[in-house]
Parts: sequence; C-alpha cells; structure tokens
Amino acid sequence: MEKIIQEKYVQLENVNMTFVTRKGTFEALRGIDLNIREGEFVSVIGHSGCGKSTVLNLIAGLLQPTSGLLFCAGREIDGPGPERAVVFQNHSLLPWLTCNENVYLAVERVFGKNENKAQLRARTKAALDLVGLGHAADKRPNEISGGMKQRVGIARALAMEPKVLLLDEPFGALDALTRAHLQDELMSIMAKSGCTAVMVTHDVDEAVLLSDRIVMMTNGPAATIGEILPVALPRPRKRLELAENAEYNHLRSEVLKFLYERHAKKAA
Amino acid sequence: MSVISLQRKNLETDMNHETSAATQPAKAAPAAVTTVAEVPAKATNSAISDRAAKNRQLISAFFQWLLPPLFGLMLFTAIWALISYQSEGLPGPIPTWHAAVELFSDPFYNNGPNDMGIGWNILNSLERVGLGFGMAAVLGIPLGFIIGRFAFASRMAAPIIGMLRPVSPLAWLPIGLLVFKAADPAAIWVIFISAIWPMIINTAVGVSKVPEDYMNVARVLKLSEWKIATRILFPFVLPYMMTGVRLSIGVAWLVIVAAEMLTGGIGIGFWVWDEWNNLNVEHIIIAIFVVGIVGLLLEQMLIMIARRFSYE
Repeated sequence: MEKIIQEKYVQLENVNMTFVTRKGTFEALRGIDLNIREGEFVSVIGHSGCGKSTVLNLIAGLLQPTSGLLFCAGREIDGPGPERAVVFQNHSLLPWLTCNENVYLAVERVFGKNENKAQLRARTKAALDLVGLGHAADKRPNEISGGMKQRVGIARALAMEPKVLLLDEPFGALDALTRAHLQDELMSIMAKSGCTAVMVTHDVDEAVLLSDRIVMMTNGPAATIGEILPVALPRPRKRLELAENAEYNHLRSEVLKFLYERHAKKAA
Repeated sequence: MSVISLQRKNLETDMNHETSAATQPAKAAPAAVTTVAEVPAKATNSAISDRAAKNRQLISAFFQWLLPPLFGLMLFTAIWALISYQSEGLPGPIPTWHAAVELFSDPFYNNGPNDMGIGWNILNSLERVGLGFGMAAVLGIPLGFIIGRFAFASRMAAPIIGMLRPVSPLAWLPIGLLVFKAADPAAIWVIFISAIWPMIINTAVGVSKVPEDYMNVARVLKLSEWKIATRILFPFVLPYMMTGVRLSIGVAWLVIVAAEMLTGGIGIGFWVWDEWNNLNVEHIIIAIFVVGIVGLLLEQMLIMIARRFSYE
C-alpha cells in the first residue's frame, strides 16, 4: 500500500473539465490520466490556452473537475489546502504586508496550532533565508523587484512544508537572466527539500532543465496529454554543462518537435 | 575751494576707503594662502547661488499654486459685489465682512436657547452630523462587507438599496418624528439614513473587487473567515471604504441645514432660518460660507486620514 502511494503520490484518473460560460460550454480537458511519484518534478508544457493551468488548479483544488478523480497521498482532493502549496504566476503577495508578514501568514496557518510564536518566526526567517531574502524581510512587495517577489512567493509556499509544490508559470513574468538565476535556485531548493513538484511552463529549456518528466499537452479545446517525456539527466544539473550535452539537446528537440511539428498552434 | 573740488575730495576719500577695505584681507594673509582660500570661497558662493535659485523656484511654484485660486476668489467677490450693487436686498462683500467680524468676535456667547453664538450653532450641527454619520458607519460598513462577500446577501439587499437610496433625505423626517417623538433624534435619523448608502455601496463594491489571486491565496491557506476579513478584505477595501465615508460625510453635511430648518433647535440650519425671519441677510450669506468651509475642512481631514491608511 505504502509503495503504491509512493508511486502514485499525485494521481489523476480520467479527469474531464468543462467550463460553463455565458457563451455556452467549453470543454477544456478530456481524459487526463497522470501519476506522479513522490519526490518527482513534473513539468506540464503546451501552447497557451491548452489548459495546462487548469490541470494545476485541479490538483490545487481551486477547481473541481466535471468528472474524474484526483488523489494526493492516497486521499481524494476535495478543495484547496496548504498541503498543496501554490506558487502563483503573478506572485500574489499581499501588498499591504511585508515579505516577512506574507510568509508568516502562511506559517501561522499551518503550524500555529502546535508551535509558539518564536518557532513560527524562526520558520518564517528560515524560509526567507532559503530564497536569499533575509535582508528584505521588512520590505513591502512594491519595494522589491519582480524576481524577489517571486522568490517570496516560493518561500511562502515552501514554508508550509507542502506535500506537493504547485508552480504556475512561476518565472513567466521575469527577464531571461533573473529567470535562469531563479531556476538554478529552485533546483537546489528542491534537491534539499525532496518535495514533489508540478510546474506549468511554456519554456522548453526550463522544462528540460528542471524536470524528471515532461508532460506535453495537445492543443485545446478538449486538450489532453499528448506524450510524456522522461528526462534521465543526472542531478545535480549544471546549466552550462548541459548546453553541450547531447542527451539534453536531444530532449530539447523532442519537446520542440512535439510543440511545433505535431501540435503546432495556428497563428492566433 | 569750490564746491566741486570739495565734492571730488569726498569722492576720492570714499574711493580710497573702498579699495583699502577690499585689499585688507589680501594684505593680512600671505599671497599663497589667498589663492587656496579662493576655492572654498567660490564653492560657498555657488552653493549660495544654488540655494537662491532653489528659493526662487520655490517662490515661483508657490505663486503658481496660489494665484489661480486667488484670482478665482477675487472674480467671485467682484461678481458678488456687482450683483449686490444692482440688487436692493442683497448685501455686498464689505457689509458682509463687517457683519462676519462682529459675529466671530464673540462666537460662544449664550443668551438663552434662542440666542447663542455662531460657534455653538456650528458645534451643535457637527454633533448631530457626527452622531448620525457615526451610527451610519457602524452599521453601514459591516453591512457593506457582508453584501460584498456573499452573493446571496448582495442579491437580497439589491432591491432594498436600489429603491431606498434615491429617496430624498427629508422624506424620512416625518418617520423620524413619528418614531422618536422628538425633533433632535429625528434630525439625527435623517442624517443616518442619508449617510448610510454611500458607505454600504462603496464598501460592497470594494469587497467584490478583491482580486481573485488574493482569494486564491486565502483558499490555498484555508484561512478562517476572520483572517480573510482582517488580512485580505479590510486592507484591500479600505480605500473604497474611505471614498464611501467621504461621500457620506458630504451628504450628511448637505442634509443637516435642511433638516435643522425643519426641526428647529440650536444649529447652523435653524440659525439660517432664524436670520431669514429677522431679515438679517448678511448672516445668511455668512452661514453659507461657514457651511461651505466646514464641509471643505471635513473633506480635507478625511482625505488626510485616507492617505495615512493607504498601503501604496
């Protein structure tokens, strides 16, 4: 039993999602089947509008599937909860709270019942130190850069010690250099925490660099999983070494072929 | 000696005096030192001229800020003077000014309830506005939160608010007189009922505009309703709420004059009516200015408070 849960830590079984809008119904996802191992890093990649964020929101519990089942650690997902922490695309920090207070809000919610204030503060500080933002703890989100905001978002999510970390295009809004820097940081943080992660992205390099498996989605409507590509590159991975690595470049071109040959999106 | 030569002599001594004054420091100090000393002297000179330029800029900015409203007021006073010159009963700016000086020289005299200073009248009106507005805030802001937060409450309240909001405030006065059987609570009731709508509506609009992202954070963290209210809704809604409060206090101050005219008692509204009965038109004009200026001060005070609480 234990073993099955480890193998199917996050489980999606024949998940369908249809949105009812004013203009009628829109079938976003059809027949999604996916199993994620404990400690695995899975990327979901696809063209915009393919419903990859919907998959993430379903796992987060922010959306309820029209039909199908979702499990996390052997229990059915019936709503959002701190054991499935989300790093939002636009950081979603509360602008009236300092970085410290933003993280503390999450820490207090998860550990407040069993720990005293000093312990909660220590957890908050540790989380901010982990993302290298100890010095900016007392700044408000509008006083720090976009990359720093996203790091606080990651700190907030990790401070909850989630079973699964869900990342919704976490670096999409950042410039290329900051993005590369944060990707490296995320890799080392994930190696330390051993946390299971699902990341939605549209960046091929990011997917290959960070993932153990890449889930490639077909175009919507009624999008589904096209292919799943295992990434067997050894860890720790180094960005510069990989640039010359034949396996890396092969995987990269596999994803590109999927996206631009087999499932090319017509120009919008 | 002629007068001219005398004058020239004076001139020469003056000139000598000047040159000696100019050369004195140079003589006192060795030549090498003076050249070095010139540099900081120049620097302070330029600093002084910088400061002077900055001062000039400040002064010109100040005048640019001050002049347009000043011209506006002057134009207003001129038109008023012109109209009062043409019309028989309307006092001009100058007699009004004299009456105002007399009135405000003793604002807090008390010759019984029918003859009290202007200060007492203003304070009594402010007290009524404060009570009516305060009760409206205590009830209206939480109501706004509930209406904004829960779709059911919003749909429930929509027809009531939609129907009652456009009713003229004074239409509520007879109901107040009937229920409270006294003039003063009835006036406060009118203030209450006219001030409550902007606060309910603006608060509710604010709550309904809370970004989905923040609510998603709350959902992922499974925050309690209390934490959602204090950590997310309240800080976000505060600017909307302050707009509601400002509109409300504006309405309350608008309505007080009319309400007091009808209910009587001590207050700026009844004072206007009283002065009309005495045909003391200067005082009516003064009352108009007083009402306007007090309203302006209330508004400015609330803008300052709103800025204090802004998180940006």
